[in-house]
Order: sequence, then C-alpha cells, then structure tokens
Amino acid sequence: MTSIRLAETPLLTYVLRRADDALVLGHRLSEWCGKAPLMEEEMALANMGLDLIGQARALYTYAGEVEAKGHDEDALAYLRDERAYRNLLLVEQPNGDFALTMVRQLLYAAFADPYWRAMMASRDATLAAIAAKAEKETAYHLRHSAEWVVRLGDGTAESHARIVRALEKLWPFTGELFETDDVEREMIAAGIAVDPAALRDTWRGTVSAVLARATLTMPEDGWMQSGGRGGRHSEHLGHLLAELQSMQRTIPGATW
Amino acid sequence: MYTQGLNQGPDAADRRIEDAALLQRFQERIDAEERIEPNDWMPEAYRRTLVRQISQHAHSEIIGMQPEGNWITRAPSLRRKAALLAKVQDECGHGLYLYAAAETLGVAREEMVEQLLAGKAKYSSIFNYPTLTWADIGAIGWLVDGAAIMNQIPLCRCSYGPYARAMIRVCKEESFHQRQGYEIMLTLCRGNGAQKEMAQDALNRWWWPCLMMFGPPDAASQHTDTSTRWKIKRFTNDELRQKFIDATVPQAHFLGLTVPDPDLRFDEATGHWAHGAIDWEEFRQVVAGNGPCNAQRMERRRRTEEDGAWVRDAARAFAEKEKSRHRAAA
Amino acid sequence: MTEPAASEPKVPLWEVFIRARNGLAHKHVGSLHAADATLALQAARDLYTRRGEGLSIWVVPSAAITASDPAEKGMMFEPTASKVYRHPTFYEIPDEVGHM
Repeated sequence: MTSIRLAETPLLTYVLRRADDALVLGHRLSEWCGKAPLMEEEMALANMGLDLIGQARALYTYAGEVEAKGHDEDALAYLRDERAYRNLLLVEQPNGDFALTMVRQLLYAAFADPYWRAMMASRDATLAAIAAKAEKETAYHLRHSAEWVVRLGDGTAESHARIVRALEKLWPFTGELFETDDVEREMIAAGIAVDPAALRDTWRGTVSAVLARATLTMPEDGWMQSGGRGGRHSEHLGHLLAELQSMQRTIPGATW
Repeated sequence: MYTQGLNQGPDAADRRIEDAALLQRFQERIDAEERIEPNDWMPEAYRRTLVRQISQHAHSEIIGMQPEGNWITRAPSLRRKAALLAKVQDECGHGLYLYAAAETLGVAREEMVEQLLAGKAKYSSIFNYPTLTWADIGAIGWLVDGAAIMNQIPLCRCSYGPYARAMIRVCKEESFHQRQGYEIMLTLCRGNGAQKEMAQDALNRWWWPCLMMFGPPDAASQHTDTSTRWKIKRFTNDELRQKFIDATVPQAHFLGLTVPDPDLRFDEATGHWAHGAIDWEEFRQVVAGNGPCNAQRMERRRRTEEDGAWVRDAARAFAEKEKSRHRAAA
Repeated sequence: MTEPAASEPKVPLWEVFIRARNGLAHKHVGSLHAADATLALQAARDLYTRRGEGLSIWVVPSAAITASDPAEKGMMFEPTASKVYRHPTFYEIPDEVGHM
C-alpha cells in the first residue's frame, strides 16, 4: 500500500513524536522475545514492550483524532515511511547485547518518567490522561533497567566492560532528549507540552546516581547526534519499519 | 524448592525402598482422589514419570515461544502485535510455572534445561514445524492451543498437587490464547482472497501435525497404563484426539475452511467425526529429530543460553559482592 | 536424575507469596529463580502478577523455609483429632437458650 501523507500541525507532530518513540522502543524490546538471558527476564522485557506498545496505541489513536482524516492507529504506524517517523534516534538503536538494551532503557526511562509526570499537568486532557498511565509504567522501567545496570556495572569484568561500551555507544544520542524546536516551543507555550530542557538536571541526577552505584563514571558530553524528530534517522530505522510494516504493505487495504 | 532438604536427607536411600505396604497405601490415596504433595512418600517410578512429563511440558512451552515469536515483529496490526507478544510471554510464564512444579520433585531447573539442550529431553513435536505466514499464528492459537487445552484441562485434576495447581493457573491464563487464534482465522476468512487462501493453507499444514500432538494411538502408547492408574493421566491419547476433532471440525466449517482429510465424515451411529489415517511415520521422524525445524529450535535455545551466560554470571557476582559488603558492615 | 554435566552454578530459588487484596493473607503462588532479593521481587511482579493478581508480594529464599516431615504426620497432627472439647459442638446447650 502506498504510504499516507499527513498535513502535520504542531499538535499532530508533537503527538506523533511521542507515539513513534513508544512504538519503536516497544518494537525493539519485542525483538528480545525468546532470546533473554534468563527466562525470568523474558517476562520483564515483554512487559516493558507491552507497556510501550500500549502507550503508542493510545497516542496514535489520539493523533488520528487530532488529524481528523480517518487514520487509525494502524494507518499511522504501518503506512508512514521512515522519513515521516519522528522518534528519537536513541530508541531506534539496535538491541545489541543485554547491556546495551538495559542502558538504552535506562537513558530513555530516566527522561520519560519525569517527562510524563510533568505532562500529567498538560492542558490537553487526553495527553494528561495518557501521561498518568505512562508515568507509572515508565517508573517501573526505570527501576528495572537501573537495577540491571547496577548489577552489570558492578558484576564481572566482562559485564563491566560491556556496560562501559554500551554507555559510550549510546551517550551521543542523549542530547536529542532535551532538544526543542518550533513545534515543541509552540506546544510548551500553549501549556500542552513541558519543556524537556527543564528536565535535564533531573535526568542527569537520576543517571549519575545509577552509574555511581554501578561503579561507572558519567561519560563526558561530546558531539550529540540529532535528526530523529525531523525524520532524519540512522540506517537502522528503515529495517525496523520494513519488518514492522511488511504485512500491511504486502496485502494492502486488508482488515487484520 | 523447600522440599529438597527432606527429599535428599541422609536416609533418602532407605525411603526409596518401595515396600509393598507403602505402595498399596499410596494407591489407596490416589484411588480416594487425595492429592500427593512434594514431601509425601511416592513410588520412584511415579516421581520419574512426573519429572519426565512436567519437564517435557515445560520445555514445550519454552520451545513453543519460537514459532510464534517468529511473527511478533511482523504482526499486521498493533492490536495483534500486543496480543501475540502477551501470548508468547504467557508461554514463557507457563514454562516457568511448570519448571517450578517439577522442582518440587527434587530436580533443579538447571538440570532439566541441560537435559533439553543436550538433546536428552523431548518437547512437543508440533513446535518443529515452521510458521510461514501470518495465518499460521491464527492456526496455532486455534488448533495447537485448542489441542493443548484438551490435554491440560484433565491435568488440573492430576494426582500430583503442584502439577495440578500449575495447570489450573495455566488453563485460566490460556483461555484467551485459543480465542485469539480463532479470531485471527475468522478475520482472514472474512477478508480478501489472498487472506482466505492464507487461512486454508495454514489449516492444510497444521491439521495433521495437531492430531499427532496427542501422541501415538492407545495400542502403541508405552506410558498410558501406569499414568492412568496413578491419575496423572485421565484420558487416553485417542480419547483426547477424538474430543479435539469433534470440537474442531464444526469450527472449521464455520470459518468456511476445508479440513484436509478426504476420509473425514460424521458417524451418525457413534456421534463422532471419523478421520482418515494419521501418518505415524512422519510423527516418529519429527520426534526422532528430523522435523523441519528441530535443529533450528535447539540451536536457537542453545545460543540463547550461551549468550545469556555472562549476564547470569554478573548477577551472581554482584549478589556475592553484596553479601560480603553486608557481612563487612555487620 | 543424573548430575548436571558441569558448568554454571545454580541461581537461587525463591518462594513467592502474593496478597490478592487487602484483607487477605499472602498466599503461596509458586517459585522462581533470581540471583538476589531485588531481582526476585521484580521477577515475581513480572511472572505472577500479569493479570492484576496482587497488591503485595513477598519473596523468601526457598532454602530459608523449614518444612515439617510428612513421615511424622501422625505424631504432628493426629493427636489433635481427639481433643473434641476444643470445638463448640462438643457442648450441649438446650435449644431454648438460643444461639450461643
């Protein structure tokens, strides 16, 4: 099926960005299914994935209402191309090993948890309600990933080395968490969104406390990658979407 | 489990001496529908049978994650994706409940997993078939879970308490699995030509392997006699297979699909659907390791265990460090 | 069972108890493996409360539980059977007295 094109308003773009974050990260976690390092961890990874897919569904449904052109959650998830996806580069990074997945989860959740908590005061009642649910889920993701980062950091020499590599690899993608552009600024001014830059200290505090427990040092901020919010992604997203969207594209227009 | 200390006490060898009086008393308890609990005296063969059956059941849940897991990243809608991920997650959970039940018999999960990885333990033959299209996910939910439920409901009354309790939990949770599968099939059958074709193709490939899931015909089954006497098993393979066919054929007709058995006919006299001959040679080959996916399933499970070793090592190392830190602080 | 081939030390076993709702006691629901108490608690949450089964979880190392021996069931539990005077029905009160 040919891709859909959206006339993006600031609110629509804003909602799609959050929806895409949740779906892409949820999809990444679902890729772990059957491959977790402990069977107990299968349960945890799937639970986090399900939370995020649930958040994505609520956000896409709302985006469809905002757009009011009859696009449902699946049209928005399955029929937009890579360049129309608005997620953070951080969440689309491949799973790598368990250390990389847990660091990615920690870096995202340490931001998303206070973000959703602040969003509970949004003037947009739908977003405030989605935020209230997402906040509880994300708080648990933060707890779970933090406990693993601590264990891997302060575990064996091998696990320590792996977590150091994961941190180095993902750190350049953390700058994007706090970016604002015209879309964000308009939403912030309208009281719909919160300013991510205001959460930077909270995020740094959370992450540094976890890294300290994990006997790790905070990486230095260097050059930060950027572009996801504007649809300029890493090469990885295209493959993820090719897989995610394959059925809808193979048999177009069908009900599933 | 908390029973291991008792089961492996210094006089464990003495306890295993199965004198006739104990055996008779045991059978009386079974006949009176009493449940046997972990620390109770039980014949060694009863313990062995249960360990084999429960661990096979657990392995099947864990290996069974693979064929369906194959479609999680390609599920055609977000609703289907969430349901499938939750279902495959449940299967892992069921594997864990079952390993826990088996552990009450004094065998560690690690030992059972090592037996699986060494190729010494079996799992259900059905999971050695590939999932080639999305319709296979529908067919598995509808047929494979349907067959599993037939098998599992009587196990909720199994004489061994921990197994029966695990099965009650499993059955309660699995009630959504079959409905999920049938709903997928129904949606495909009400869809366009390509979807309907996909549904029929899936039924064609899964029907016979599902009938084989119940195991060899009663005349050829090795374990049925003692298992029945001990109320581990309450129906024979053939009885369960017939129940499954009787329940499933009308469901296939409702979908507008053709069951791939030219000899299938309703027998007015017995009130049952009579089916054609099952290819037991295929079953033997799959059980012997020659199914289309046996090697792939085992390789994947081995690789997962190997890849996770450093994580488990790290968790253990951290736990040890924490213990010594607590000791130092005390 | 044969001894495991070699390799990895075992991950400790934990027993899981769940309070389904306030007013009920924690009830044993099963067991799981985890390297430490924090991971055990999280695993219990992810494994045993996927359908709103609980409001509170306890995890206890399986090795910390001391169990009575069923072989001593007679000595442990049968002597109580004859103490019928512990039950209200042992005492005869005329119906006219009413409920007591």
